[in-house]
Amino acid sequence: MQLLEVKNLVKHFPVRGGLLNRIVKKVHALNGVSFTVEKGEILGVVGESGCGKSTLGKLIVRLLEANSGEVIFEGEAITHLSAAELLPFRRKMQMIFQDPHASLNPRMTVGSAVGEVLAFHEVVPRQELATKIDALLSQVGVNVDSRDRYPHEFSGGQKQRIGIARALAVNPEFIIADEPVSALDVSIQAQVLNVLMDLKNKFNLTMLFISHDLKVVDHFCDRMLVMYLGYIVEEMPCQDIHADALHPYTKALLGANPVSDPAERHELTVLEGEVPSPYSPPQGCPFVTRCPLVTDQCRTEMPPLVEHAEGHRVACWEI
Amino acid sequence: MSKTDALLTVRNLSVGFHTDRGDVTAIEDVSFEVRAGEILGIVGESGCGKSVTSRSIMRLLPKFNSFIVPQSEINFDGVDLTKVNEKTMRSIRGNRIAMIFQEPMTALNPVFTIGWQLDEALKYHTSFGKSQRRTRAVEILESVEIPNPEQRYDEFPHQLSGGMRQRVVIAMALCCDPELLIADEPTTALDVTIQAQILRLMDLLRRKTKTAVVLITHDLGVIAQICDRVIVMYAGQIVETADVYSLFKSPRHPYTKALLESIPQTGREHHQTRLPTIDGIVPSLFELPEGCRFQDRCAYKTQDCVDREPQLSSEVNGRKVRCFFPLCEP
Repeated sequence: MQLLEVKNLVKHFPVRGGLLNRIVKKVHALNGVSFTVEKGEILGVVGESGCGKSTLGKLIVRLLEANSGEVIFEGEAITHLSAAELLPFRRKMQMIFQDPHASLNPRMTVGSAVGEVLAFHEVVPRQELATKIDALLSQVGVNVDSRDRYPHEFSGGQKQRIGIARALAVNPEFIIADEPVSALDVSIQAQVLNVLMDLKNKFNLTMLFISHDLKVVDHFCDRMLVMYLGYIVEEMPCQDIHADALHPYTKALLGANPVSDPAERHELTVLEGEVPSPYSPPQGCPFVTRCPLVTDQCRTEMPPLVEHAEGHRVACWEI
Repeated sequence: MSKTDALLTVRNLSVGFHTDRGDVTAIEDVSFEVRAGEILGIVGESGCGKSVTSRSIMRLLPKFNSFIVPQSEINFDGVDLTKVNEKTMRSIRGNRIAMIFQEPMTALNPVFTIGWQLDEALKYHTSFGKSQRRTRAVEILESVEIPNPEQRYDEFPHQLSGGMRQRVVIAMALCCDPELLIADEPTTALDVTIQAQILRLMDLLRRKTKTAVVLITHDLGVIAQICDRVIVMYAGQIVETADVYSLFKSPRHPYTKALLESIPQTGREHHQTRLPTIDGIVPSLFELPEGCRFQDRCAYKTQDCVDREPQLSSEVNGRKVRCFFPLCEP
């Protein structure tokens, strides 16, 4: 069943400047992105910094307003709902942020940080609040005795778990995790990924997992979107991405990843050419300045996202 | 200097800090060597002491609250860096030993051009005239694969992309043809495609100029990709040293093994499997346990590990491990 549909989402950020502080140029953060998310699946979004992956997450939960396009959640378009109309959807969609330290209020105990969400959305009656907080914290592997402690008393991994507990407080159906493990050490990263995996299996959660780390996305997600300069360039299942990847950008990303065993050392793929400016993306294909397969057609015409196999779409003229 | 002589020998380096809660030892008894043309990786999680190690070599730790324990020795080409005066240190730092930091934007001064900043290093460490310095600076920018180096010379840091800034920082480090390059998390803030460029550049360097490199990172992939030998640190101590192939093939310390296992693996058979993890967290330096520092997180813990502290023992083919019951065969 389809839980979320994103249709042709566009977001441009105006840049002001000059004497009269007029809009002088625009950052083209998202240039018409469309995809769907099935219930119970983990959809990964990968790409380098500035590709628009975080903007996408924020547009879906409406922390940012889109310029055009639609977000349809459970069959209802939520892009133009008022704040009051949006409230029930806020309960169903929650977000986990990258920096667990920045997303927790340093002056609130972790118990009250989680409790605030419960009280605001009236998830449980007031007298059951304490039990619910304990249940949530133990679910993510945080010691319940620590509910009266402050964020600075916890390690990064623990704080991220608290962030996850808070997102889960309202029993959401859909979670957007924006680089949830990027700030963590590898051993802690593995712990948090396991927590997310367990919760996903337990509650049949649907997740949009935003990350710059292909290894993590490959391991953790069911499908992934590869983004470049505000476009989706490839959409594919994460079964065997090394064998399945078709787009030259996805291949370059894979080839630039260091090996995990020195016995398998190979020359890393290094992309030549300049990274285009998001103020003035190139005509035609966005990857044209760095692509090894570039032709004249690529320079003038934007390749459409075409289905190559079931669930595998690629935007490239040369495939 | 013969091929086997070490360029840098660190012996029993212990560094502590004065804090409000009393003195604390950040690194203890760290010993290692680096030879010309070799890349030595130092890997460990945050707080394990890898950056303190590199900063003590460069003598960049704040004087008012840090101290190097007297028995420590940092021998660079016959000179003990812990003993020399600041004047001698200044002639070595940036000249014979250079350092690259994690965040390129903070390593560059935003109000001066790239050229000005390169020129400053050359002015200080060489006897070149003005035009000679400019030629040399452009040459270095070219060697780190910056397109249009002539034009970039007159630009400001904010006009460059992140990867290009890091290459400028590397260019600055290379100005004086250092014999030793210390790179502290040089690619951590960068995208993989840019990381690939920087790693290729460092590999090229050590081949071409025989520069010795100490590469500090928390990323085992980077270690696997370009290092020759590896030091694994945990809570301020070296727990294992080995050449990179042996380390990945047969990790001896339980911590090394657990670290290696916790990297997500690609491929069908690993897809969406649970990752092996290391329970618990790194102990605080203020509350280090008696005995082995890894005991609370170790799957193989015995009473011995609680009672006594294991020493770093030498093994065959130059490996070292700090464990009473090492895993695998060396």
